[in-house]
Amino acid sequence: MIGRLGAIAFNTYREAVRDRVLYNLILFALLIVGSSVLFGQISLEINRIVLINLGLTAISLFGIVIAIFIGIGLVSKEIDKKTLYTVLAARPVRRWEFITGKFLGLVMTLTVNALLMSVGFFAAVMYVSHGLGRGDLQLLTAIYFILLEFVLITALALLFSTFSTPVFSSIFAFAIFAVGTFAEDLRGFAQMANGATRWLMTGAAYLVPNFAALNVISQVAHNTAVEPKLILLNTLYVVVYAAAVLTASVWIFERRNLK
Amino acid sequence: MAAIEIQGLEKSYKTGFFGNKLKRGLMPLTLSVEEGEVFGCLGPNGAGKTTTLKLLLGLVFPTGGTARILGHDLNDISVKRFIGFLPEQPYFYDHLTALELLDYYARLSGVEPRERKRKVDRALARVGMSDSGKTQLRKYSKGMLQRVGIAQAIVHDPKLVLLDEPMSGLDPIGRREVRDLVQELNEEGKTIFFSTHILSDAETLCDRVAVLNKGELKGVGVVADLLREVSGEVEVVWNGAQAIPALSTLGARCHATGDVVRALMPERSLEAALAELRKSEARLTSVTPVRATLEDYFLARIGEAKPNEVHA
Repeated sequence: MIGRLGAIAFNTYREAVRDRVLYNLILFALLIVGSSVLFGQISLEINRIVLINLGLTAISLFGIVIAIFIGIGLVSKEIDKKTLYTVLAARPVRRWEFITGKFLGLVMTLTVNALLMSVGFFAAVMYVSHGLGRGDLQLLTAIYFILLEFVLITALALLFSTFSTPVFSSIFAFAIFAVGTFAEDLRGFAQMANGATRWLMTGAAYLVPNFAALNVISQVAHNTAVEPKLILLNTLYVVVYAAAVLTASVWIFERRNLK
Repeated sequence: MAAIEIQGLEKSYKTGFFGNKLKRGLMPLTLSVEEGEVFGCLGPNGAGKTTTLKLLLGLVFPTGGTARILGHDLNDISVKRFIGFLPEQPYFYDHLTALELLDYYARLSGVEPRERKRKVDRALARVGMSDSGKTQLRKYSKGMLQRVGIAQAIVHDPKLVLLDEPMSGLDPIGRREVRDLVQELNEEGKTIFFSTHILSDAETLCDRVAVLNKGELKGVGVVADLLREVSGEVEVVWNGAQAIPALSTLGARCHATGDVVRALMPERSLEAALAELRKSEARLTSVTPVRATLEDYFLARIGEAKPNEVHA
């Protein structure tokens, strides 16, 4: 089982790399170098804050866009091109192994991409700050949360890919990402409502993925420490949420006729 | 033991906006393929050949009936280790080279790491692709993809090989090579089940065939036995056009070139026809039984021609 999962995951990663997904790194490098030079003219402290905000937001957004655009095709493209026939028809591969392998492969791609971006990002921070201090360890927490975002959005894109077309899947995925970014506000609005509306809004607010809780970019840019409890809770939240979404994907995919 | 045992397997699809209409992809099908056989599944487009294969391979789920493959239930995934499958018009991960693709499939099939390279190289060699193993599949022609498709179906040394239109997209030489390969695989003891439109290939290769049309089994059996059902004509050639009217009344279809007449007639009328020829003092040149082809049987069974309308 592990061997099959690994093979499917590695193939997904290899496909993304050979489809030149990592070319976004060039754009990211240009962005970071450009902003370092541009904001280097302003005061050191502001420059650092802007660079951290810009760099981490870019790592997050580049990854989210890649996760959605590749994620929505992970299953539907395989069905359209019939490439999964030779995998599922005559290999001892279970459908859940296929889904999980694809998921792990895309998460691996996004992680490698984010880590390469992070190297450039830290180099830029070192350049503008003339070195790295203990406080910069917080940046690693923000990057870890970004990776957790990728896990969530990949699971959601994959879920949509199991039952919808790529166009609708991308709309759903971007919409849910946008709504999830304001999950905390939604919960606030729900508290202000009354009766059944309140219950419904609260239910909806807790159902959408809470991307807001995973965004600590502004916090770390201002050198505010992230509580270890939040790291633990966010990790647990993402693991449980992604597992639930993957289970739903498998449930749908197990029942699909692959015509 | 039967390699494939199908009992009343059927498939209907819900169609219409509300899914309230049923379209039958396959009527209840009962069929068995013995181990070591080359079995052909024939039928026009939409006959249910691919649906049958997909049902057997778990890609679509039956709405009724059961099937066993190599003695295992359809849902038993472990049996897939022993199955090879070539889909119709195969499309593979085109970012991979043929070597990488076969290695990937061999891994998924559970081939031991120490055996993998040898098996991959052997499968590529068997389809004549050893020199192109390091080229990405996106640069392959349709015929080359078909060969790689066959290689992936046999890379893990399966006991049962299912081929959906294996000759599709191949030139005459390629078709000949695939025919030879199928025979070679069969000589190694593998069971081959393939679907095709190309009846001459089926006739050359198959021990038995099944004819499907519109999701329904129209006939199944040993090729020679099936051909007997639609054969029964003879070709008679003689000199002497004066005998034509008499033989025409016996059901002969006559064609005269000068004084030489060539006629096709039912075998049962032969004795009477020879008597007529003697009576009219015509000189008999030859009497040849006309061999029916699988195409004749096929056309007869799918209702586009009546039995005994045999190709000359």
